[in-house]
Amino acid sequence: MSETTVPEPGATRTVEIDSHAINFGPQHPAAHGVLRLILEMDGEVVERADPHIGLLHRGTEKLMEYRTYVQNVPYFDRLDYVSPMCEEHTFVLAVEKLLGVTAPERAQWIRTLFAEITRVLNHLLNLTTYALDVGAITPPLWGFEEREKLMEFHEAASGARLHANYYRPGGVSRDLPAGLADRIGEWTERFPNFIDELEGLLTANRIWKQRTVDIGVMTPEDALAWGWSGPPLRASGVPWDLRRAQPYDKYAEVDFQVPVGRNGDCYDRYLVRLMEMRESVKIIRQCLAKMPEGPIKLQDNKISPPPRREMKRSMEALIHHFKLYTEGFHVPAGATYTATESPKGEFGVYLVADGTNKPYRCKIRPTGFAFLQAMEHLAKRHMLADAVAIIGSVDIVFGEIDR
Amino acid sequence: MAEDAPDPMLAALAEVPGLSDPRLEGGEYVVDAARETLLGAMRTLRDDPRFAMAQVMDICGVDWPDRAERFDVVYNLLSVALNRRLRVIVRTDETTPVPSVHTLWPAATWWEREAWDLFGITFAGQPDLCRILTDYGFEGHPLRKDFPLTGYVETRYDEERKQVVYEPVQLAQDWRSFDFISPWEGVTTLPGDEKLHRTRAGKE
Repeated sequence: MSETTVPEPGATRTVEIDSHAINFGPQHPAAHGVLRLILEMDGEVVERADPHIGLLHRGTEKLMEYRTYVQNVPYFDRLDYVSPMCEEHTFVLAVEKLLGVTAPERAQWIRTLFAEITRVLNHLLNLTTYALDVGAITPPLWGFEEREKLMEFHEAASGARLHANYYRPGGVSRDLPAGLADRIGEWTERFPNFIDELEGLLTANRIWKQRTVDIGVMTPEDALAWGWSGPPLRASGVPWDLRRAQPYDKYAEVDFQVPVGRNGDCYDRYLVRLMEMRESVKIIRQCLAKMPEGPIKLQDNKISPPPRREMKRSMEALIHHFKLYTEGFHVPAGATYTATESPKGEFGVYLVADGTNKPYRCKIRPTGFAFLQAMEHLAKRHMLADAVAIIGSVDIVFGEIDR
Repeated sequence: MAEDAPDPMLAALAEVPGLSDPRLEGGEYVVDAARETLLGAMRTLRDDPRFAMAQVMDICGVDWPDRAERFDVVYNLLSVALNRRLRVIVRTDETTPVPSVHTLWPAATWWEREAWDLFGITFAGQPDLCRILTDYGFEGHPLRKDFPLTGYVETRYDEERKQVVYEPVQLAQDWRSFDFISPWEGVTTLPGDEKLHRTRAGKE
């Protein structure tokens, strides 16, 4: 119906006759997923880049309107499957905000801890595959080994390596198993050495620098106008980190630096992520040191389920459990835009509740959407091979962009 | 809320022509905007140093089918200079276009395309209003409340025609949606219970 009412395009595009178009993707290994990038080339130089997204669209936002709040948490793992827990973090914070509850101390520390572990997990994947895209095979071989250790922490805490489903509105689903904190502590001792090794492979590497320095430069003004956030925005020289500017959970109580770049090119984006991993290790250490004992979820059985052993004896607990897992809790009517600093940048959830047990509308603000939109701006007048470096440097994952 | 403690941000928002009813919702600044004067108001929000909303982080639609102007277009703005967020809400219906803000923030283009794709909200002055998330040749606007969750068509690979084909969706099981309004909360007019409910309501 409304298709007919689309306003006539005011400006027409002039297309050069002698240029040729290249279909980059949708099944290209350097596209980091299903990106179909139509490149109009002048020889080997990119004249126009038109990303076609949506090939991984699964209708998450529509599905969420038909599920209870707790049933919706796993959808967030499947958005940015490289940093699952950080996405959950945003959603549970949004729900907690509408419910007007705060998670207990220990739960907040655990969430901060795993948000940072997830950040390292994400940066390891991004930096190493980014290096792979421009021709270095060793970083992914080494980095994936480190990732495996981190995914074991994920598995120990949540039971799943990737799709954790660990955070809950009002806390986390279960406490850390015995000994996990010590293992994470040991890992924080050894991991800086790995960062040094990774840096040894890349930072001063002549080929790496030739491929990334001064490629895809984004000025701070442009980065803001294009809605950028996270490491790419900081690489452009804007000192903006939501963990510092609008702290959530325990980020206000930990000490860390926010690395900021200067040139806004692909190389700076790499450096910022590398530095962030060192800062994440610092935060992880502080989380382990400061984490108190105590409950890991809200002690209100109207929101978080009672422990299973109690259900065996208490009728009340059984009723609460049954009600929570069939009906779920009702969230008072209201709306919130809650954003967190996911490893890729600002990940936001605009949640509209209407007082029932399901979200009325849940808009997910994917991070990579804004990065990819600037693709033409970044890749214009660059060589075709540089387009690959640019895609790697902005860290896109299609699970979240396409939703 | 504004009367209790005059907030300079709310006072400044009230002065901008085209914006109305600035308020704090759970600590978040929200303001309604008139459709006709949206561009001017948004330009003020971006350029006025009191707001300095340099970034549009998100534009999305919300569907309220019972209303005459059924769609909310929600702009989530962010000022990195002042560390402040603002939500601007514009109402529209299926046929009336909303002025496009892509001239102010280039990032708006894809968000507006998405709102058009998923809700059918049109944006005047947006040169690139085409589908973005759904399939090439998709019909309908899936996030409208009257669009069924299962959609209308399903795809499969046709071995004879050697291509992917669309067919009307066939459900092996009927779509089930449970009413979760508890009889203890939803039904308040059981005969004989009126007095009880009155006293309960009075207590709360």
